[in-house]
Amino acid sequence: MLQLVVDGLFVGSFYALVALGYSMVYGIIKLLNFAHGDVYMVGAFAGYVLFSTATGLAASGGLMSLLLVLLIAMIFTGLLGVFVERVAYRPLRGSPRLAVLITAVGVSFILEYGVRQIMGPNPRVYQVRLSGETFNLLGARITLPQLILFAVAAGLMVALNFLVMRSRDGRAMRAIALDPQAAKLMGVNVDRVISRTFFIGSALAGAAGVMAGAYYGTIDFLMGFVIGLKAFTAAVIGGIGNLYGAMLGGILLGLLESFGTNFLGGQWRDVFSFACLILFLSFRPTGILGARVVERM
Amino acid sequence: MATGTTQGTRTVNGLTYRITPPAPTRERPAPARGLRQPRRFMSLVGGLLLLLAFALPFIDASPYTISVATSAFIYIMLAMGLNIVVGYAGLLDLGYYAFFAVGAYTSGVLATNDMPLVFTVPFVIVACIGAGIIIGGPTLRLRSDYLAIVTLGFGEIIRLTANNLDITGGPSGISGIPTFGLFGWTFRDGLDLFGIHFSGNILLYWTAVLAGGGFTVLAVTRLGRGRLGRAWRAIKDDEDAAEAMGINTYLTKLAAYILGAIFGGLAGILMAAHQTAISPTSFIFLNSALLLMAVVLGGMGSTPGVIIGALVIWLAPELLRDFANWRYLMFGLLLVLVMIFRPQGLWPSTAVLPFLHFREKGRSPREGFTDHSEPVENVDRSEELA
Repeated sequence: MLQLVVDGLFVGSFYALVALGYSMVYGIIKLLNFAHGDVYMVGAFAGYVLFSTATGLAASGGLMSLLLVLLIAMIFTGLLGVFVERVAYRPLRGSPRLAVLITAVGVSFILEYGVRQIMGPNPRVYQVRLSGETFNLLGARITLPQLILFAVAAGLMVALNFLVMRSRDGRAMRAIALDPQAAKLMGVNVDRVISRTFFIGSALAGAAGVMAGAYYGTIDFLMGFVIGLKAFTAAVIGGIGNLYGAMLGGILLGLLESFGTNFLGGQWRDVFSFACLILFLSFRPTGILGARVVERM
Repeated sequence: MATGTTQGTRTVNGLTYRITPPAPTRERPAPARGLRQPRRFMSLVGGLLLLLAFALPFIDASPYTISVATSAFIYIMLAMGLNIVVGYAGLLDLGYYAFFAVGAYTSGVLATNDMPLVFTVPFVIVACIGAGIIIGGPTLRLRSDYLAIVTLGFGEIIRLTANNLDITGGPSGISGIPTFGLFGWTFRDGLDLFGIHFSGNILLYWTAVLAGGGFTVLAVTRLGRGRLGRAWRAIKDDEDAAEAMGINTYLTKLAAYILGAIFGGLAGILMAAHQTAISPTSFIFLNSALLLMAVVLGGMGSTPGVIIGALVIWLAPELLRDFANWRYLMFGLLLVLVMIFRPQGLWPSTAVLPFLHFREKGRSPREGFTDHSEPVENVDRSEELA
């Protein structure tokens, strides 16, 4: 029982990291960034390349090397996010929503099959395997890597919260989310803030990718597809556009999945979470923490 | 035109106006006659192409050609179905293959349990309406981008369910699906007509041409022109304005969704008959995305555009086998480039061939307002004034 909770929390923290990027971008420019799950995949591959080129890093296998790789991969995916926004999304700002969504699908394809062209279609195995002792907490088994990764995820979320709620950029982001035109009139450089939002969101997704790679061991170029869907589900459950909502939704989805898998069997896991998505959209489309949004004309 | 005026009211075409409407400043040019009329011309071209499609087995009856052509027509049928949802109503559906799967599996399961394939059609229609309502019902009230992701999730649900259930054959799917037939005679027996023997493949090809190229194209195009079609386009352009004009946007969108689902399901029956075996791997997200690509590339809401798009997307892999690995990367790039540089597609829905006219050329519209038929002479009036 407690084991289910622990596993759910752990998987949920991955979902939450990816969902945060979804939610931030959606909150600011009302775009569902389909390519977000693929940024996560690119992050995993960036980590893989770093680990396999710098073999010394992998050999030491310590916590510091993981954090270093995490940081580099985050910067890389962050820049990728900025680049994608600049090249594909910015020219289409102001065009019909359908056009932007289709572009996002195209970007997702480019990332998936671009990585496939570079890295090959076969799954890759991470050079580093985190191993550590196992703790027993009230009958639940927790491994050290699980604990570390959970701590890293929590740390990133706290840092993000600080950034959005306390910093100047964060205030600008919240202002744009409320009303982009008014924010512009108040002297906010909207384009720059949107770029930074993409950077932060993509960096978080990249971090989740490296962590998933290090934890599960194998990665492949289509791994972002399902996680993107799951992260969206998490964002909707929590209330899309709301930071705490994304975190809460991620954790909750992780727990729901872990319990659902226990009762229904592993092969129904994804079906179960997508069914949750449809149920949530039917009965509470604003999510748990989302405010009721009145669409303005 | 019946026009009568009595005591400040005026009757035009049976309608009585209290305030006199302004008379037209100029005569409206007469409609174009004969084949210059775009719609008539396109119907003729379409009819000729359909005849050509029917004649294909007489030109090249090799099993490979017939097989590729059959699936191309099934693909056109699918693309036209998606065109209702994406092109007319402007709802992004990323899980359209789910309906294809529902159709293929429903007919496949029933047909392998000794039901003639033709009789599975009503069941497929009912199943697709049900699926359309289940997925569209909750989400169509929300913003359209929710629909995109939910349809994506729904596509995965259908595929995973087919993968996990026993009745659908699990990962290996259903095989040995019988082909069409009536009263003991099936397509597989072939047909002897005028001393020529037509094999089952050719009969199935003709069915696909009739269903995909004939029925679907005609039905979807005409749906798009009618009252419902105009309501869809209004919603696509501006949902709030459409609602203000008295369109029930929710029901109209749901109608688009359900009709699209039905065409997808019917295409599924044909696919089941054509391939005789179906498995969950045929219904992955990639295929839904490619189909969307076909509609977007050709031109959303445009019948000739969607047909061209479907043919390009379907036949490109057959023609460009050497570039198979680069294909999806190119498709992704193409999607982004099309959206940035030519969002209306290759053949936009408003496009009219340059030599066709809706109406005969009249006078230029400017003439009615400023009657400058002859330049006004500059008269030197300085002497008069002095």
